[in-house]
Amino acid sequence: MRPASSVIFLTTLIGAGQGLFLAVYSAELVGALQLVSMPDDRLFFVAGSSISLALSALGLGASFLHLGHPERAWRSAAMWRTSWLSREVIALPAFMALVALYGIGHYLNLRSTLVVGAAATVLCLALFVCTGMIYACIKFLQEWASPLTVVNYLLLGCASGFTLAAAFAAVTAASLAAAYAATALALTLLGAATRTASLVRNRGIKPKSTLQTAIGIRHPRIQQKSQGFMGGSFNTREFFHGRSRAFMRSIKWGFLAFAFVIPSILLACGLAVSSASLLGAAFVVQYAGLIAERWFFFAQANHPQNLYYQAIS
Amino acid sequence: MTQMALVIDLNVCVGCHACVTSCKEWNTSGSAGFLADDRPYDADPTGTFFNRVQTFEVGEFPNTQTVHFPKSCLHCEDPPCVPVCPTGASYKRKEDGIVLVDYDKCIGCNYCSWACPYGVREIDEHRKEMTKCTLCVDRIYNEGLAPADRRPACVMACPTSARLFGDIHDPDSEVATAIRERGGYQLMPEWGSSPANHYLPRRKTEVPILEDRLVRADNPLEIDRKTPQPGHQNPALDDFATW
Repeated sequence: MRPASSVIFLTTLIGAGQGLFLAVYSAELVGALQLVSMPDDRLFFVAGSSISLALSALGLGASFLHLGHPERAWRSAAMWRTSWLSREVIALPAFMALVALYGIGHYLNLRSTLVVGAAATVLCLALFVCTGMIYACIKFLQEWASPLTVVNYLLLGCASGFTLAAAFAAVTAASLAAAYAATALALTLLGAATRTASLVRNRGIKPKSTLQTAIGIRHPRIQQKSQGFMGGSFNTREFFHGRSRAFMRSIKWGFLAFAFVIPSILLACGLAVSSASLLGAAFVVQYAGLIAERWFFFAQANHPQNLYYQAIS
Repeated sequence: MTQMALVIDLNVCVGCHACVTSCKEWNTSGSAGFLADDRPYDADPTGTFFNRVQTFEVGEFPNTQTVHFPKSCLHCEDPPCVPVCPTGASYKRKEDGIVLVDYDKCIGCNYCSWACPYGVREIDEHRKEMTKCTLCVDRIYNEGLAPADRRPACVMACPTSARLFGDIHDPDSEVATAIRERGGYQLMPEWGSSPANHYLPRRKTEVPILEDRLVRADNPLEIDRKTPQPGHQNPALDDFATW
């Protein structure tokens, strides 16, 4: 598939926003359960949910760039019974609305923030599932059709969100920074494990569709002689990334380094010396790595329609 | 339940692309607007087509077969492109099983084209809407046309009658009979989409050589047994010395 930058930014931005919200709310939850002593800090919750809201809004904005007719986007909430994309279209604004309410609740010092936050957490997790299932539900895109796709969207979003929370807390609520950095480190390592698992899984995929099933002729040797036209078309542009194997390989190792290895080292160092700039660098590096990860995720999917476009003429 | 579909006979398709051009001609003139056709005579032409003819070579030289393979939307009985559409623009008609796009509802998100394993949906670069074969829904019920013309443009254009059109759920129809009696098959059956369009396979062309067509059974010379020339073992005409 050809990776669309709008979808790359949509999924990485809302992932970080969702993860940041979960981090902020988990602090309140842990404080309410009196497991740790919470700093009574309005600024932390208000600014934290504002940043989460801003990231989600940027992602929502990026998603509009993907549409041919953005003015009709409101229609896309209609088919929530069957379409994961429609469910995501409902879940994302609903999540954003609850995060906004949550921030306002903290700003006004209302008691109900714990309940609003719980509702937002449910929507946040549902949104992760919707985003992952949009890709995992297409069974013939075998690289995507796996529960690992949903797990990766969840873990990578949470990892980047908690890394951002660690950097943010180092500035605003220093007592929380260490716990966030440790959680972010654990989530990053867990995400590295599941993403590597999906890489290993995808390496061993045997395509179910072959040229034989595509045209229905059972002969071991079939060669395409013509695709029916000499120029390009939607089929030759949308479903091929057009990059070399070497480029794909360098992106793969690049995202493994930038999304997982380097941020882990930076988080560990930031944790050791409690440095806000190291934690901030960890988020920047990890976000860049996740953009490469998402690019690779889309490019790696091999659409069966490509079987019909193996030779121009 | 009716399921309109095309049945394409690969045994007689000659790869002339008449179905491609007539499809484009009819559908670019429709009420939904023209189909993209950019730089048609320049270095990098591109455009929207609902139907393509591709060519495959099967076998190894010298025992090869050239198979011309027309492909358009297969109007699946369980279309994977329909449930993924977030707006409901993509739908399958109950009354005749045709899979259509309501262009006014399409937001151009491309998701349905990802969800079609056959690659038969194309976004139109100018209209920014997903387009695909409509089985000429604006022809086949069109009372302004003579009854014989109420067929898809590609079917009308095919010079070898490689394209049959009809209701595959009606067991007495031409298409159902062809599928049943000539081994009609579906593409990529592994995904369970159950395409309505079927393909008829290549058939071995055999010319039966019967003995009585090579040797006349009623040859009068055979009847009176008087052969005009010496027997097989006897000296031949040109062998002067022995005859």
